[in-house]
Amino acid sequence: MTTTQTTAPEAPRGDAATKPYSLIGIPAPTGRALATGGGALAVVSTFLAWTWTSEFPGDLTVYGYPGGLQVLVLIGGALTALFGLASYGVKGLRALTPGSADSALKLAALGTFVTTWYTIIAISVQLGGLVNLEPGGYVAAAAGLATALGALSLPYERPETEPGDPDDSGWEKFRHSARNAATVFKAGFTTGPVAPPRALPAYAEILVIVVALALGLTVFTYGIGTEYDELFVGFLITTGFAFAAVAKAGLVSRVSALTAKHRNVTLVGAFVAAAAFPFTQSDDQYATIGVYILIFATVALGLNIVVGLAGLLDLGYVAFLGVGAYTAAMVSGSPSSPFDIHLPFWASALLGAAVAMVFGVIIGAPTLRLRGDYLAIVTLGFGEIFRITVLNMDGTSGPDITNGSNGISSIPNLNILGFDFGEEHSIAGFAIGRFANYFLLMLLITLVVVIVFRRSSDSRIGRAWIAIREDETAALAMGINGFRVKLIAFALGAALAGLAGTVQAHVTYTVTPEQYQFAHVVPPNSAFLLAAVVLGGMGTISGPLVGAALLYLIPAKLQFLGDYQLFAFGLALVLLMRFRPEGLIPNRRRQLEFHEETEAPTVLSKAGA
Amino acid sequence: MTTDTTTQSTAPAAAPGETVLDARGVTMRFGGLTAVRNVDLHVNSGEIVGLIGPNGAGKTTFFNCLTGLYIPTEGEVRYKGQVLPPKSFKVTAAGIARTFQNIRLFANMTVLENVLVGRHTRTKEGLWSALLRGPGFHKAEAASRARAQELLEFVGLADKAEHLARNLPYGEQRKLEIARALASEPGLLLLDEPTAGMNPQETRATEELVFAIRDQGIAVLVIEHDMRFIFNLCDRVAVLVQGEKLVEGDSATVQGDERVVAAYLGEPFENAPGDEEAAEVEAAETHAGSTADAAPREATDTATGKENDR
Repeated sequence: MTTTQTTAPEAPRGDAATKPYSLIGIPAPTGRALATGGGALAVVSTFLAWTWTSEFPGDLTVYGYPGGLQVLVLIGGALTALFGLASYGVKGLRALTPGSADSALKLAALGTFVTTWYTIIAISVQLGGLVNLEPGGYVAAAAGLATALGALSLPYERPETEPGDPDDSGWEKFRHSARNAATVFKAGFTTGPVAPPRALPAYAEILVIVVALALGLTVFTYGIGTEYDELFVGFLITTGFAFAAVAKAGLVSRVSALTAKHRNVTLVGAFVAAAAFPFTQSDDQYATIGVYILIFATVALGLNIVVGLAGLLDLGYVAFLGVGAYTAAMVSGSPSSPFDIHLPFWASALLGAAVAMVFGVIIGAPTLRLRGDYLAIVTLGFGEIFRITVLNMDGTSGPDITNGSNGISSIPNLNILGFDFGEEHSIAGFAIGRFANYFLLMLLITLVVVIVFRRSSDSRIGRAWIAIREDETAALAMGINGFRVKLIAFALGAALAGLAGTVQAHVTYTVTPEQYQFAHVVPPNSAFLLAAVVLGGMGTISGPLVGAALLYLIPAKLQFLGDYQLFAFGLALVLLMRFRPEGLIPNRRRQLEFHEETEAPTVLSKAGA
Repeated sequence: MTTDTTTQSTAPAAAPGETVLDARGVTMRFGGLTAVRNVDLHVNSGEIVGLIGPNGAGKTTFFNCLTGLYIPTEGEVRYKGQVLPPKSFKVTAAGIARTFQNIRLFANMTVLENVLVGRHTRTKEGLWSALLRGPGFHKAEAASRARAQELLEFVGLADKAEHLARNLPYGEQRKLEIARALASEPGLLLLDEPTAGMNPQETRATEELVFAIRDQGIAVLVIEHDMRFIFNLCDRVAVLVQGEKLVEGDSATVQGDERVVAAYLGEPFENAPGDEEAAEVEAAETHAGSTADAAPREATDTATGKENDR
């Protein structure tokens, strides 16, 4: 047998590995100056006019006042210049990059480049040619290109690549070299271990958290308020690169260490920030999106108990939202409800949650004896059974309870202690409209779900769920009554979804069976709920919230995708599963499960939630 | 909701000699295959009983019958006079804990969390107490953690409480499995090949650990292939061959039994090498000296490697 391993090039490569390597052959000092200067120039260019006409949305024609996409370029350029200066070791800025200043600089510069060029290309395409650019546009394009080229020329340690096999066929050789090239390219963006932070006084740590939350609220408000497609795409590009750059700089891990330390402060702060959202809006237009996002996110978080903690794949979860909504609608005093009852909100909320829980137990009891794929298929079936049953209880094919496909309509607005949710109120000088009212109410429900998630995951029952997910046989042998524990998770998840449903019924005025399908273009539906959990990160609190916000905002904002929305959505999910199966905000346990090969940290400090 | 926590052992010093486990006529059939045939076995309190047999003799199947993973086709298993329920979590609650032949820790939980999961049957707080977080919850949680930490100290893993179970070296994973089993406060501990893949030092440490467990009043039933380990450790050894119990007795009885040797090595054939030839071989081996010395160590090493591959 002949060995095909070549070991000959081993020795010379040893030297090459330690020699600094860069992606573009510009000397490092020049490159660094170029990157930093390019960032600064990009900032300056945003104060110039980029085009002569205000036909391109956002009005980029004004000197001295950045508008629309220019603001995003301004932020990107400023971030690049900041990281560039930090990479020079400027005193005071070094604290910004406890991780890797070079990687952060590269990503920030790339972000600036992509945003700038996207804007320039969008102007040219939309207005018909490069002639529509003013000098400022050329300056911006040059600045973007310079900063990207400069940043990519920064040196880094080239990783060892595997030698090729001379017996391989051409295609295999190509694949091999492509893989090596990808490894080398990726190594340019690695970040080292984050240096341990200097001890800060408690008030300063809390201040950092507050600043981070305020920043989060600002970014979210800006994103939700983007008025045209180009701006939203630019927003996605800029925030994506900026977040990656900040993460590479090591700031994200710093802040998450602080939030893990002050969990209650973070929780309260996050909810104050979220509650401040309606007050930043002048009309009800974006509060509408906000309340739908919150409903979607809350239900996704409830599903995360079932899927993320207990590991039960539930494909019919939206049915429990429907049960809650129908229950609330029937006792709301709506004229199309078969019952002539009008319960106060607290009673209908409790009733909705309780009825959903009963349904959860009824569906869970026979199905939870199944494992894995079988459970998923059976829950999918039950989800559809709910919808079809509701559809048929219209008085002709069945008893007249749900009013069939017309649903229960004209659900009156809530009125809690004389506070009419349908009216516009003025709180501290801010006008708070109907959807903003519901937004604040829904936020309370979200808070309840977050607390339930947090408390249950960090307890005897939560550990039992995780144990069942990890190894059911071993968990049973440790004395855990698997069926009972899984049923509790299932029923709890159902009750939380039902609770969210009681508010949803009032927000939408009408409940119809079509709202509760398995797959549908508008969230929430079972497929999107599961996608929000998987996209955001299973087993975490912030994961499904972020995932739901993205999954709601992106289709709502990118109207031009039209019929290709679901296609783009599917493609995005495939890519995500390929490159980041643990989700955007991974639970540390999950991250370990998916990346067996990487070196796991020895200590898991917090339960990851 | 009750939030009582039983911290006391469920087997408070059973009178020595009392029968803890009593399996009578246990038979397990899988279709046409009889994996275990009419096996009787009893374990008294304060006793360490060994179960040996060649590969495929049905030892693990018998274990699974004892712990409720399988329901025996015939026969019954009694724990302290009570017939065991046919569910593995109920068996654990009754007081029988086990470890697995191929380690089954909750790999992505910390060492401490693994032991806390073992405390599940001895704690009562349910969902409501977890959500409402009354004083009872905090008290029970603190008691559970204290007890888990105690157990980690007992097996020597106290300083690794916050490590992930998957990052422990092989020998320590075995120890953690034992600590997790002990957390359910069993009266009888079943160990399925606790020293598989261990080097001699680790094996000796495990031996000490098993004696220490026995000294706490917990009876131990152990499956093992390492004969030196089993004959050092056990008060009584049962030999299982092809699903049937061949012999049972103290170490000397079993070691001297021809049938046991035959089961492991095969029946002696005509003109089989006798004592004389054996002596000759021995002489040659001592002569060969250094090479023979190195061999056993190597063998252990490869065994360790193989186990770690799983």
